[in-house]
Amino acid sequence: MEILKVTDLHVSVEDKEILHGLNLTVNAGETHVLMGPNGAGKSTFGNALMGNPAYEVTDGSALFGGEELLDMPVNKRAQSGLFMSFQNPIEVPGISLENFIRTALEQRGGKRVRLWDFRKEMKATLQSLQMDEGYASRDLNVGFSGGEKKKAEIVQLLMLKPSLAILDETDSGLDVDAVRTVSRGVEEFQKNKDAALIIITHNTGILSSLKVDKVHVLVEGKIVAEGGADLIDEINRDGFARFEEERANG
Amino acid sequence: MAEEKTFVEDVDRSRYDFRNDDGDSYKVDEGLTPAIVEQISREKNDPDWMRDFRLKSLDIFNRTDMPDWGPSIEGLNMENIVTYVRPHTKMSATWDEVPAEIKDTFERLGIPQAERESLAGVGAQYDSELVYHNVKAEVAAQGVIYTDLESALHGPKADMIREHFMHLVPPTDHKFAALHGAVWSGGSFVYVPPGVSVEIPLQSYFRLNSPGAGQFEHTLIIVDENAYLHFIEGCSAPKYNVANLHAGCVELYVGKNATLRYSTIENWSKNMYNLNTKRARVEEGGKVEWVSGSFGSHVSYLYPMSVLNGRGAKSEFTGVTFAGAGQNLDTGCKVVHNAPDTTSYVNTRSISKSGGISTFRSAVVVGPKAENSKSAVSCQSLMIDDISRSDTIPAMDIRTDKADIGHEARIGRISDDAVFYLMSRGISEEEARALIVSGFAENVSKELPLEYALEMNNLIRMEMKGAIG
Repeated sequence: MEILKVTDLHVSVEDKEILHGLNLTVNAGETHVLMGPNGAGKSTFGNALMGNPAYEVTDGSALFGGEELLDMPVNKRAQSGLFMSFQNPIEVPGISLENFIRTALEQRGGKRVRLWDFRKEMKATLQSLQMDEGYASRDLNVGFSGGEKKKAEIVQLLMLKPSLAILDETDSGLDVDAVRTVSRGVEEFQKNKDAALIIITHNTGILSSLKVDKVHVLVEGKIVAEGGADLIDEINRDGFARFEEERANG
Repeated sequence: MAEEKTFVEDVDRSRYDFRNDDGDSYKVDEGLTPAIVEQISREKNDPDWMRDFRLKSLDIFNRTDMPDWGPSIEGLNMENIVTYVRPHTKMSATWDEVPAEIKDTFERLGIPQAERESLAGVGAQYDSELVYHNVKAEVAAQGVIYTDLESALHGPKADMIREHFMHLVPPTDHKFAALHGAVWSGGSFVYVPPGVSVEIPLQSYFRLNSPGAGQFEHTLIIVDENAYLHFIEGCSAPKYNVANLHAGCVELYVGKNATLRYSTIENWSKNMYNLNTKRARVEEGGKVEWVSGSFGSHVSYLYPMSVLNGRGAKSEFTGVTFAGAGQNLDTGCKVVHNAPDTTSYVNTRSISKSGGISTFRSAVVVGPKAENSKSAVSCQSLMIDDISRSDTIPAMDIRTDKADIGHEARIGRISDDAVFYLMSRGISEEEARALIVSGFAENVSKELPLEYALEMNNLIRMEMKGAIG
């Protein structure tokens, strides 16, 4: 089943075009990886889909469950089942992580969430990511270390249960142990065969233990290569040089 | 709003009926006269010293200039002052006259009709009177006196009141302190004996709803050595008054090693000039904790002051101010360190929206005797839009080398990144902004009892929706 179909997506930031016509189709149960060197436009892709106002879509379409995503306000995109983990999660004082997630769930579902069930699930989720349950009542991302912020994003992913999750550099700045913990959380998400995943990354650490269906290599705003998990091995070995050359010549 | 009446006009009409007992017909131009003040005093059955005090205050009032250093109070018609204080002025309007915005607020806060009318000053007092009597009886068993100030003047602590009444805030302090001294009416008196810890917070809310109260009310609280009290004043519903001046006075005396927490949420109707004076004196090892939320009013001058008089005395001030359209709220606090090892913490947040002006004004004075004292002031401001304004005016006067003084001020806006982040989880833009603003004011809400914290959050939400004013 097709979850996302992106056609000829053009995106500009501050009047400079970053994505020059990107095409991508994601089906339920699939995990896609979007790789590429720094500045290729990987995060631009995620932010444009999520609707970050700093990113202007100038052309193209993104059908999400058959509906045009690009016409929806940000919160509607989330309510339709889209999720993006932030590369730099924002600190919001005065709102606890658990109240934030509960408010989000209630606004998505349009009904009250039962506190008892919610707390139980929250506790289990925190434990699975090796986070102290005290994090539930701490202010959202305030005073969290880089690793804790990334884990808190995965907590949100697992609690909100989107149908399509975009993980934007979730592994950057994490130590080996934290990468392993986060990977386990992502694996947990992959168990839902009705959902799909797009992992944006420029290194391959997080991918070693995850099932990957399709890899897209993005260079200077265009996808220059697509393939299976074996592409990851090639990039691991040779880096992006070959793709950058091809992009320059093509 | 379809039609906004000027309520002072309504009162104006009746003032021509006024005659005092001497049969002198009252002349508008003369303003507040000794005869009027004497009549108030008689009506209240004041002891002689109080009558003299009122007259002396009136004299000071007439000789003192209007403050000229803060927000404009030109809209306050001082010639009408007599109509505010006239004992027989019908303070209550009819329900129909209550402005639509206030009715709307009651509606949104879910306040029952009977209570609405009482809050609006147009109905009978509701059942809270009963609650008040029960609470009063409960704490009386511990020897605590909790009563209205007028009757306390004739009670067993009459001498104590005489020794403390307007000693912390003398009528010479400023023009409206003098006015208060002359015409004060209503308010609370609390005395907590040594070593007594009052477990439940006492709430003046139950007492403030009588007609005409909440205008020139005087709160006098004395917490004796080693005692503890939490006193809560005000409520989140806008209190409607036909007269638009509030010049209350709060005096808090905190004894040796005693602690007093004084919490207040004020939400005056938006025609109100709120010129309130609050002050605490703290003895050795004692502590005063102020928790203050200022909403509503057209103009506010509000700077609760702590005088740290004994070694090791402490003051903590936590405040939030929310200024919306047409509001100029000048709030802050003052701390005087008069003894060694004293500590003060000030932590305030101010929010301005829809052209509202919010000014934080603070003063920290550390006297030559206050060695090894510490003071930390932190104020943060949040501007919701480009037409609102926020100012910070901190003053410090440090007279010893041996003090540790810190000040931090931050002015910011709601970040687009934060709004996007919350929305990306499915939260609407309006809700996202309300969450961010409530979160910003959390320093105060987390210090309040749950029901007050919820009410304050509701207030913020309503202000964010622009539903009021």
